Amino acid sequence: MRQPGAFLAGLRPARNSAGSRSRSASEFEGVRKAQGAQAKNRILIAIGCFFVFYAVIGGRLVQYGLRSPETVSSIARADQLLISRPDLLDRNGEVLATDIRTVSLFAEPNKIVDADEAVELLATVLPDLDMRGIHRKLSSNSRFQWLRRQLTPRQQSQILSLGIPGIGFRPETRRFYPGGPTASHVIGHVNIDNKGIAGMEKFVDGQGLGALAAAGLTINEDLEPVRLSLDLRVQHVVRDELAAAMDRYKAIAAAAVVLNIHTGEVVGMSSLPDYDPNNPVEALQKDRLNRMSAGTYEMGSTFKAFTTAMALDSGKVKITDSFDARGSIRIGGFTIRDFHGKNRVLTVPEIFIYSSNIGTARMADMVGIDGHKEFLTRMGLLTRMQTELPEVATPNQPSVWKKINSITISFGHGVSTTPLQTAVAAAALMNGGKLIEPTFLPRSVDEAEKVAVQVIDPSTSKSMRDLMELNVTQGSGRRADVEGFHVGGKTGTAEKVVNGRYSSAVRFNAFLSAFPIDKPEYVVLVVIDEPKPEEGKSSATAGLNAAPMVSAIVRRSAAFLGVKPHFGNGAQELTLSY
Amino acid sequence: MVSRVERGPVADWFWTIDRLFLAAFVGLMGIGLMLSFAASPPVAERLGLDSFHFVERHGVFLLPALAVMVGVSFFSPRQVRRVALVTLMVSIAMMILALFIGVEIKGSRRWVSVLGISVQPSEFMKPAFVIICAWLFSERSRHPEIPGNLFAIILFGIVAALLVAQPDLGQTMLTAMIWGGMFFMAGMSWFWITLLGGVAIAGFIAAYLVFPHVAERINGFLFGEGDSFQVDTAREAIIRGDWLGQGPGEGTIKRILPDSHTDFVFSVAAEEFGIVFCMVLVALFGFVVIRGLIRAGREQDDFTRLAVAGLSLAIGFQSFINIGVNLELLPAKGMTLPLISYGGSSMIATAITAGFVLALTRRRPESRAQPRTIYRPAASVAAE
Repeated sequence: MRQPGAFLAGLRPARNSAGSRSRSASEFEGVRKAQGAQAKNRILIAIGCFFVFYAVIGGRLVQYGLRSPETVSSIARADQLLISRPDLLDRNGEVLATDIRTVSLFAEPNKIVDADEAVELLATVLPDLDMRGIHRKLSSNSRFQWLRRQLTPRQQSQILSLGIPGIGFRPETRRFYPGGPTASHVIGHVNIDNKGIAGMEKFVDGQGLGALAAAGLTINEDLEPVRLSLDLRVQHVVRDELAAAMDRYKAIAAAAVVLNIHTGEVVGMSSLPDYDPNNPVEALQKDRLNRMSAGTYEMGSTFKAFTTAMALDSGKVKITDSFDARGSIRIGGFTIRDFHGKNRVLTVPEIFIYSSNIGTARMADMVGIDGHKEFLTRMGLLTRMQTELPEVATPNQPSVWKKINSITISFGHGVSTTPLQTAVAAAALMNGGKLIEPTFLPRSVDEAEKVAVQVIDPSTSKSMRDLMELNVTQGSGRRADVEGFHVGGKTGTAEKVVNGRYSSAVRFNAFLSAFPIDKPEYVVLVVIDEPKPEEGKSSATAGLNAAPMVSAIVRRSAAFLGVKPHFGNGAQELTLSY
Repeated sequence: MVSRVERGPVADWFWTIDRLFLAAFVGLMGIGLMLSFAASPPVAERLGLDSFHFVERHGVFLLPALAVMVGVSFFSPRQVRRVALVTLMVSIAMMILALFIGVEIKGSRRWVSVLGISVQPSEFMKPAFVIICAWLFSERSRHPEIPGNLFAIILFGIVAALLVAQPDLGQTMLTAMIWGGMFFMAGMSWFWITLLGGVAIAGFIAAYLVFPHVAERINGFLFGEGDSFQVDTAREAIIRGDWLGQGPGEGTIKRILPDSHTDFVFSVAAEEFGIVFCMVLVALFGFVVIRGLIRAGREQDDFTRLAVAGLSLAIGFQSFINIGVNLELLPAKGMTLPLISYGGSSMIATAITAGFVLALTRRRPESRAQPRTIYRPAASVAAE
């Protein structure tokens, strides 16, 4: 053992300090003790200080621990990405649009270690990535950048396994359309933030969903589904037949609608070319518009149905009257001729089934310019149609109606209107004279009665049904008939304006029909843009393309629509029995 | 087990060493090595070195550090004083040398090359300086005729001047704080304390006015101006770590955190091992410092008391400043975390500090005398 006190003898003579304690308190020793006590107090103060220091550190750590990882202002709130939308269902409850969960890839560029490496690795999973743009994003000093929205689970797991630091995933709700393009124009689509920007999706937002979403009330909510009037089966048939016809007649576009004439419900409506709402990149291309409601066209001879109905309804023309359809009408430098010129006096049904321009013009002349304009306005053909769909075009009409206008409009030139409102007006001709606003939501007959406007006399409607039937049994619409379902209708072969002149080579064909014509339930309108003659045929008139399309649609969808077939001795006899 | 009956130096050491201190120091060194695995590979990769370059070097430095700590802990207080005196003189000589032949790194001359090894003499200066100051202060009370205070002030002046000349303001401030703390604990009168406190504040203001980078850092801390990338990233790392951490090797923010293996190793620890782990680490430092101070308070001898207290202050202030910077409690200042951060000189110098603490806190009969007197009221009364 060391000698007590030896350690004090470092650099100076040793001094027996331990021994001093045994002495009675000398003055010197008293000073030392007082100093020792003071030093202990000072050390206590130091201990207190360090307690405070480490307590502050501990407190700060707790504070950090309670703080959630920093969110960056440029990121939408995480829950905003989970905004729900109601499912859209067809009239039978089939899902047309629904929400699915996906993840989106983002980067925090300030945490990216090696932008080059990160881009290269990401490109192995997402080969279509804009490498230059992504590299610029990753090299920036920003704190948040979207790299790719709405990944598939497979992509997510592949990116996860790359182990790139500084990137992450956010859960998102994505709209999914199981039917793809089947009902694209009616359903519409949403933007990347799940806002409805077209079709019924946009309509649903306008009905308060948008406001709810903005208020943050739709986050992760289970919303009541919205049921549409569409029947997915009929919708498919319509689109399928249009696609087949587009191919068969080498047309640039085709569109069709199946409309319930008693309720105004649109049961099927399609316009080709269309787009896939799951990937709506093509939606804004010029030829992808919804031709049924957002395009206006000179409907051609189908308009003769309205002229005839107008003439009959005015009381100035009776179904038994005859008009001189010989030669031609010359007016203001124009010459009006007949396509199927019979060059004789024609009765009203003959004018209709032979589609006589001259005869129709003379009938319109009986009513007069003002009466003509008033009638078409009453039928809703000259004003913007009111319906849920946002994509609705406003019809065009001459600013001042002159006689020449009235004459050309009588056979469907000089006024352009949307095919859908043509179908709606036709429904009024068929259903006893009630004009009913079209709807894409389910509507009962009783509800339809409340919004219906009586536009023509029921007897006129009856005459129109007879004429439509006659045109199929004996006129240009023969190819539209379906055995048992008795289609009636009117063809329209309009010449399109090319370089300011009507061209006989480029056509816009239509077939306006109703079935079963003896007691109509549905109006089917088909239009086909620039059809070419079918192989082996020399002509491409509506009777040769639009009429068979209606026939195909009716044949395939009548059963879905709940229309019972009548197989009797033929339609002619059934009509006669009335 | 070493026999108690034996009285060899090893047995003596074994039975007198403060084992809790020893365990705490070894524990901190172990944690330092473990954190080196987390914190240093990104830096090595940035420098184009092998990923585990710094880990290997850390391990290589750890062995001599352990040996130095244990070796120093064998010393008697007198040997401690002698070793400290020699170390101090050599360090000061090397610091002077560094000013002339040192390699300039980031605008300051702190390093000298000895036998091909870069050495930062100011690190070794610190523990020696503490011991010598403790001796000078304690001499004052024993021999009032010797101007210990004056010598201590002169010594501090020399050291501070050398540190400012490098310049190394962080070490200057740390040394000043330790010296001031010891001055305070030596029982100086409030007059002196106020006077020197005033000088310290004046020096601080002078540093603020003279050195633009000091002003910049303090402004940045107080007003959030300027480049706060390091501390912002450190905060992000800690918050990302949350209570339990992302797991070893799972840290991502550490990859962009500069000086992650030295000044900001604490943030890396938080990101990978969590805030709870950091609290344990802080508690370990707190344990060492406060236990050191308590042990100092019990010491009978002025020199031992001041020396142990001063060494505890050295560890305490340095750890507090480092962690405080990591937690944005203090202005950014480059300072290593004792025994944890990477750095050869710092590691071995801290091992010397720890060795001194161990050496001076070994149980000796004199230091045990104190508690007994407390329970002898009769003797006390007699003594009054």
